[in-house]
Amino acid sequence: MRLDVVLRVGVKLIIPFMLLFGLYVQLHGDYGPGGGFQAGVIVAGALIVYALIFGLDEAQRVVPRRLVEFLVPLGVLIYAGTGAFALLNGHNFLDYSVLAAHAPAGRERGILLVEAGVLVTVSSTMIALFYAFSERGR
Amino acid sequence: MSAITAQLPGLQVVVPLLGAIIAAFMRRGTLAWAWATLITAFTPIIAFALLFQVWSNGPISYHMGGWPPPIGIEYRVDLLNAFVLVLVSLVSTIMMPYARRSVAHEIDGDKQAWFYAMYLLCLAGLLGIAITGDAFNAFVFLEISSLSTYVMIAMGRDRRALVASYQYLILGTIGATFYVIGVGLLYLVTGSLNFADIAARLGEASAAFPRPVLAGLAFLFVGISLKLALFPLHLWLPNAYAYAPSFATAFLAATATKVAVYLFLRIAFSIYGVALDLKALPVSTVLYPLSIAAMFIASILAVYEQNLKRMLAYSSVAQIGYITLGIALMNQAGLTGGIVHLFNHALIKGALFLALGAVMYRAGTVKLDDLGGIGRTMPLTFAAFVLAGMSLMGVPGTAGFISKYYLIVGALDAGKWPVAFLIVASSLIALLYIGRAVEVAYFRPVSKAVAHAKDPPLMMLVPMLALTFASVYFGIDTELSAGVASRIAELLIGGLK
Amino acid sequence: MGAVQNFFDHYNYIATIVLMVAGLYIVIARGNMIKKLIGLMLFQTSVYLLYIAPGKIIGGTPPVLDPNFTVYSNPLPHVLILTAIVVGVATIALGLAIVSRIHEAYGTIEEDEIFAREEQE
Repeated sequence: MRLDVVLRVGVKLIIPFMLLFGLYVQLHGDYGPGGGFQAGVIVAGALIVYALIFGLDEAQRVVPRRLVEFLVPLGVLIYAGTGAFALLNGHNFLDYSVLAAHAPAGRERGILLVEAGVLVTVSSTMIALFYAFSERGR
Repeated sequence: MSAITAQLPGLQVVVPLLGAIIAAFMRRGTLAWAWATLITAFTPIIAFALLFQVWSNGPISYHMGGWPPPIGIEYRVDLLNAFVLVLVSLVSTIMMPYARRSVAHEIDGDKQAWFYAMYLLCLAGLLGIAITGDAFNAFVFLEISSLSTYVMIAMGRDRRALVASYQYLILGTIGATFYVIGVGLLYLVTGSLNFADIAARLGEASAAFPRPVLAGLAFLFVGISLKLALFPLHLWLPNAYAYAPSFATAFLAATATKVAVYLFLRIAFSIYGVALDLKALPVSTVLYPLSIAAMFIASILAVYEQNLKRMLAYSSVAQIGYITLGIALMNQAGLTGGIVHLFNHALIKGALFLALGAVMYRAGTVKLDDLGGIGRTMPLTFAAFVLAGMSLMGVPGTAGFISKYYLIVGALDAGKWPVAFLIVASSLIALLYIGRAVEVAYFRPVSKAVAHAKDPPLMMLVPMLALTFASVYFGIDTELSAGVASRIAELLIGGLK
Repeated sequence: MGAVQNFFDHYNYIATIVLMVAGLYIVIARGNMIKKLIGLMLFQTSVYLLYIAPGKIIGGTPPVLDPNFTVYSNPLPHVLILTAIVVGVATIALGLAIVSRIHEAYGTIEEDEIFAREEQE
């Protein structure tokens, strides 16, 4: 227990930066390499590191299994809902130009929303996979 | 109203897709079932509206996200895929009431909602393959439907379901990857992913690069054949159908392979056929022997099978042989026969697997030896089995007869009378395996497993009898099946170079 | 000389084919279910290369319109392959999940042992 104090402190220090970096990658997707997929994996990585060092029970206290199972479809719903919003406004599915008065601005906003959905789904799917495999054989 | 009409092609996929996502939030199986039934019931309404629109006004083009093709993804509905959309959505709608009891019986309570989410996702994927006009989009939908199928199969009670699902995953992924390789080769030589656009550019590309075009055809051919379980690439199918939950088996047998056949027709006739001389390409040459081998070898394997679900699975492989034989003939009557059989076989196999699901529900087994006398304890269920079985053999007056009639006419038109003879001969093998089940069901003493079995509840009985009725009815009134199919065949043959 | 030239002109395709055949060989020849999945992954990866490599044009820039550049790389293959990668990851994850359940149900992940056990039943 004593021996891994370096790991415990180190992980606690690193996790906020991982989450922040995830957010940076997410939002920087507009201008350079990045986006929901990469950011989702980084965000999930933060929780997985936490689980590896502090144990699965501790991690599931922070992010319960039920929450993860709720977030997986939620992200997809954000994505599909953005597309369906265009349908409700009389445009074709996934036509983001309706989201703002100016079509290119609407497309930018649409991609932002869609990427947010991707972030939620990818990160929660990664966590769900990690939980599912690490709960086996207990 | 017209605003909704314009969005119908999008809605056809979006409705089950959104439905699947919302079903994933649900925890209670009954609630998820009610939701899935509601969502499924919407799809044939949309499909029929599309069919009528196409029938009177010609093909519809829908631009996903407002981006025009060939840059954007196009949903293109013509008579062929409107027909497939109607088939898939209608059969699933008829089956849905059946699902509740059968799924509740075979799947644990906390997993039922997930099962329905997977089912809706699979439905969205299948409808997506049928409606899209974009080669890569078709791959994505293919994988959506396949991945949800693997999950549905793995939910079966028997541990062998896991192995069956794993084997299907390996073979299915190889098939899908072959398909992408084929699409990639076509993309390299034509620079386009839109079916119509590829067809327009392929002739020129083929003159410059004949080998990649031919290799692409081979990859597409093998990839899709794995998905539609063309003999000898059918090895995943018997176990997958045998150990999947009964409802999943019936749903997949009626829809999944049919959609793969549709994709095959699209690639062969709407891309290669339009740009190149299809009859000069080695499509028929390969399809003939494989189809005939499927008709015979798979039927004979079915005769020796003890597990009734596996027996019908082998029979499915054989029946797919008839469909591909119709394609191989490449004339008006033959192609009509293939497409009509696509429709009829979906109804027949749906009815047969639903009947077996009812047997599973009441008797808990589908082993032939345990089912002695079941025809007397479950009279309606087995009456449905026998009627649908007769349609499978092609007894005159049933739907199966119509398909075989067109196939035989097609074979004679092509001047291939031995093929016509082989169609009749292989139908006699169907008589053997259906007859074997009938013999056990009616002429043996009632066995212990089925002594207390009785016909299933009304919710299961009605879909089963409806599909059975349809598989007889379409042998008498052929307007919707053969009428539309021969129009499709005319369009496909007429489009050939 | 011509053959060597030809080889180096098409080395990306040759790498694709080697990966493709190696992956397929592993899927067919190995009995271990996890090794089969690894072969499957390799096989899928070869397709990524098939799409991505021709999308790059030597001297081409990212496709952002700018008066200083006239040659652009094709962005479409990257987008397609991003989708294919996600599909591939989902397939492998599902495959591994099924294998771990097979291991719980049978106590082995060797295909021939599983088939032998089914024969006995």
